[in-house]
Amino acid sequence: MEKVESRAEVPVTLTINGETRTALAESRTLLAYFIRENLELTGTHVGCDTTSCGACTVLVDGVPVKSCTMLAVQADGHVVETVEGLDKDGVLHPLQQAFWDNHGLQCGFCTPGMLMTSLALLRKNPNVTEDVVRHAISGNLCRCTGYVNIVKSVIEAGQKMALEEV
Amino acid sequence: MALEATEKSPLGKAIKRKEDPRLIRGQGRYLDDIVLPRMLYMALVRSPYAHARIKSIRLDEARRVPGVKAIITGEDLAAANLAWMPTLAGDKQMVLAAGKVLFQYQEVAAVVAETRAAAEDGAQCVEVDYEPLQVVVDPFFALSSEAPVLREDREQKDNHIWHWAVGDQGAADEALAKSPVRVKEKIRMPRVHPAPIEPCGCVADYQKSTGKLTWYVTSQAPHAHRTVLSLVSGLPEHLIHVISPDVGGGFGNKVPVYPGYVCAVVLSLQLGRPVKWVESRSENIATTNFARDYHMTAEIGATEEGIVTALKVSTVADHGAFDAAADPTRFPAGLFSIVTGSYRFPQAFAEVDGVYTNKAPGGVAYRCSFRVTEASFLIERTMQSLALKLGLDPVELRRRNFIRPEEFPYNSPLGWTYDSGQYEKTLQKAMSLIDYDGLRAEQAQRRERGELVGIGVSTFTEIVGAGPSNTFDILGIKMFDSCEIRIHPTGKAIARLGTRHQGQGHETTFAQLIAHELGLSAADILVEEGDTDTAPYGLGTYASRSTPTAGGAAALAARRIRQKAQKIAAHLLEISPDDTEWDGIHFHAKGLESRQVSMVDVALAAYTNLPEGMEPGLEATFYYDPPNLTFPNGAYIAVVSIDRGTGQVKVERFVAVDDCGTVINPMVVEGQVHGGLTEGFGIAFMQEIAFDEDGNCLAPNFMEYLVPTAVETPNWETGRTETPSPHHPIGAKGVGESPNVGSPAAFVNAVVDALSPHGVTNVEIPMFPWKIWEILSQHHLAR
Ligand code: FES
Ligand code: FES
Repeated sequence: MEKVESRAEVPVTLTINGETRTALAESRTLLAYFIRENLELTGTHVGCDTTSCGACTVLVDGVPVKSCTMLAVQADGHVVETVEGLDKDGVLHPLQQAFWDNHGLQCGFCTPGMLMTSLALLRKNPNVTEDVVRHAISGNLCRCTGYVNIVKSVIEAGQKMALEEV
Repeated sequence: MALEATEKSPLGKAIKRKEDPRLIRGQGRYLDDIVLPRMLYMALVRSPYAHARIKSIRLDEARRVPGVKAIITGEDLAAANLAWMPTLAGDKQMVLAAGKVLFQYQEVAAVVAETRAAAEDGAQCVEVDYEPLQVVVDPFFALSSEAPVLREDREQKDNHIWHWAVGDQGAADEALAKSPVRVKEKIRMPRVHPAPIEPCGCVADYQKSTGKLTWYVTSQAPHAHRTVLSLVSGLPEHLIHVISPDVGGGFGNKVPVYPGYVCAVVLSLQLGRPVKWVESRSENIATTNFARDYHMTAEIGATEEGIVTALKVSTVADHGAFDAAADPTRFPAGLFSIVTGSYRFPQAFAEVDGVYTNKAPGGVAYRCSFRVTEASFLIERTMQSLALKLGLDPVELRRRNFIRPEEFPYNSPLGWTYDSGQYEKTLQKAMSLIDYDGLRAEQAQRRERGELVGIGVSTFTEIVGAGPSNTFDILGIKMFDSCEIRIHPTGKAIARLGTRHQGQGHETTFAQLIAHELGLSAADILVEEGDTDTAPYGLGTYASRSTPTAGGAAALAARRIRQKAQKIAAHLLEISPDDTEWDGIHFHAKGLESRQVSMVDVALAAYTNLPEGMEPGLEATFYYDPPNLTFPNGAYIAVVSIDRGTGQVKVERFVAVDDCGTVINPMVVEGQVHGGLTEGFGIAFMQEIAFDEDGNCLAPNFMEYLVPTAVETPNWETGRTETPSPHHPIGAKGVGESPNVGSPAAFVNAVVDALSPHGVTNVEIPMFPWKIWEILSQHHLAR
């Protein structure tokens, strides 16, 4: 049985939080680890090995992606957004502010993924109902909060974003 | 005595959390975020069999994998006398399999390499030859004479670990025999796993030149871990520095010491380089300590009027391959003896037998004080059965049997002294929040329309805050906790505690508590936990013990500071200390409030302008040994409907009224309740670690081990009553776990209530739709 495969490193170039970065990665490297270890952006977390928890969620070309389930090489040439890109010049994004205001996090391990999934949702339509939010974040597990305050936070952030758009 | 929050005091205020600004920016520093120079990565080789002898282990191919640095097996550890480690329950556990494996996915070898991937590659190339042995999955079979003896290392040649009993068996039997009404129920709490979203891991960093080991670890109890590691490894304790960084949830999962931790330490000692080990989710669920797995039988006796006379409980506790419970030493079944709950049982008897099987070891206190969820589930379920038998409303039955407010302190027949509670008032509040009478009327109407609607009640009592040192220790170490406060010259302060939060918000709530005691602003107090070189010794955060123990220490350390501060204040006011008074914010001359100094003034003087002969500085450390445990309680009401087509249960409403004594931060308390209810909901409806007959774990990941998502989780409604603990320095009782302890019975009672008109009296958890659908079919209710 062929057990050990080639570990050839290839350059991966992507735009992350507005910055173009290149790093070498084994072709088998998952995007989550590429972001965490090669690009040293540790806000993106890994919480499972079955694409179930969503702690690793980032946006690739604006679409939420579980970065543990995509290879780094597949993101070559694409635009990636992570939690580190949310606040602008120290000013919190409405989603971050709402999570803080509404106690939408406890241990904080699921939070970056929750924020990124919610961001994609609210960009499409900031006027969301409880039901819409609950379904949108159903791929993101939280073991601490019981979701009530997360849902509240997302709805409130949406209202603020809607006002900002006007 | 409970202290009233003064207007300026932050106590009782919904202050936003101090930990959030870093966490919402992705700037938390969790274990896997730690990277050290020359760091190596470790992966474990695990057994595919649940019970097998190891015939041989071949390492040549693994050694040839590029990047692999070293591999250790059980034999290597045995040579270093490290093959076994003590568990917190006083049993011992194999670090790496010694001769045979006793559960599926047990640790067999550790491979360390230059990268995470190379370590995994190496682990895959280790070849192990196994000779499968007969597997024991069923704990009752484990107790039979036909079962093979699993633990050959023990002198005792069977699978029985211990027998524990409490109460007067003869008196309980007699009272039962005399009782005109009796109900008996078999109640199982299946094996579950806490599964915090961050798995466990560590980075062991041993420096040969200094002999110092810095050990970063996902730990709820860093000091206890330091002591255990020192005992296991022989490293002097002052040369072990444990750092528990931001912890991504714990719920009991991060209390024990795991084999992977010990292997990483051994490899770092051997190689003189940092070694990181982070388990995968599958490793987390399949191998780190489970919870529950209690197989209980309960019998209640009562009068015709529904006054309870006796309770008798017998339980088989499946501990898996090693008794790795994290219970206090003298309590092999934890605080299970809280099983008489909120009711005035004149007689009670409970016994538990611990048993070994070929499953992963445990069990931990999963979001509950030790074995309290099991106890609470049992009594609240059996009270439901009694209500059914008597034809009484479950609320009425509870009212007839509640311990009354004037009966506190109440001595339970199983040996506890309950501190305080107003059970009737708490229940009443839940009933009015949900409109209980209206609900019952509505239920009757909906039943007429053929709907399956149920209302479930649970009025539980918890027991937390272990604990008083005359009774509670872990491996001999008394279960006190501690706090050190230092006030700097500018009136800003740092406080360090022996606990370690994992999302509970201690950085905020303990700052509020200390600020309240010292008349400072919570914003000016930095709370630090998790570093054994800086924090005073404490037993850690689990079993809702932080506020009852370390919270008490914080209040008393602050009061110790206030004593000194009073002398300094008197000096500043040029009066005698006896003429100086503290009003919660200022010191002032008695009867002359205009002459006052603040704690900030005092702080500066403590370093610049002291009374003659006084030692400079303004700090204090307090080790708090609580005089008693605390007894949080609550009244929960669930409303469910059942889909006859699918067996799906919908939780239509859920009201939780908790009484956790004095509340430090209502927002944080509510968050804890939301989280605990969700885990209780998961336990009632979907979480179970099951095994097939060969001992294969059937739910080793989040695909099979289902935890609640936002879609099915109900929208929780909460309320509270506040009955302060009479002995806690601020009257607080602890809350993190009440909702997980109290809620499972409310869900099951609601489902049983929906089905009881059709003859159903018991439903096993988890209440998967298919299971409910089977019951519906049996009773010709399925559509
Ligand atoms: S780590 Fe990607 S879904 Fe869990
Ligand atoms: S806040 Fe801990 S998992 Fe969500």
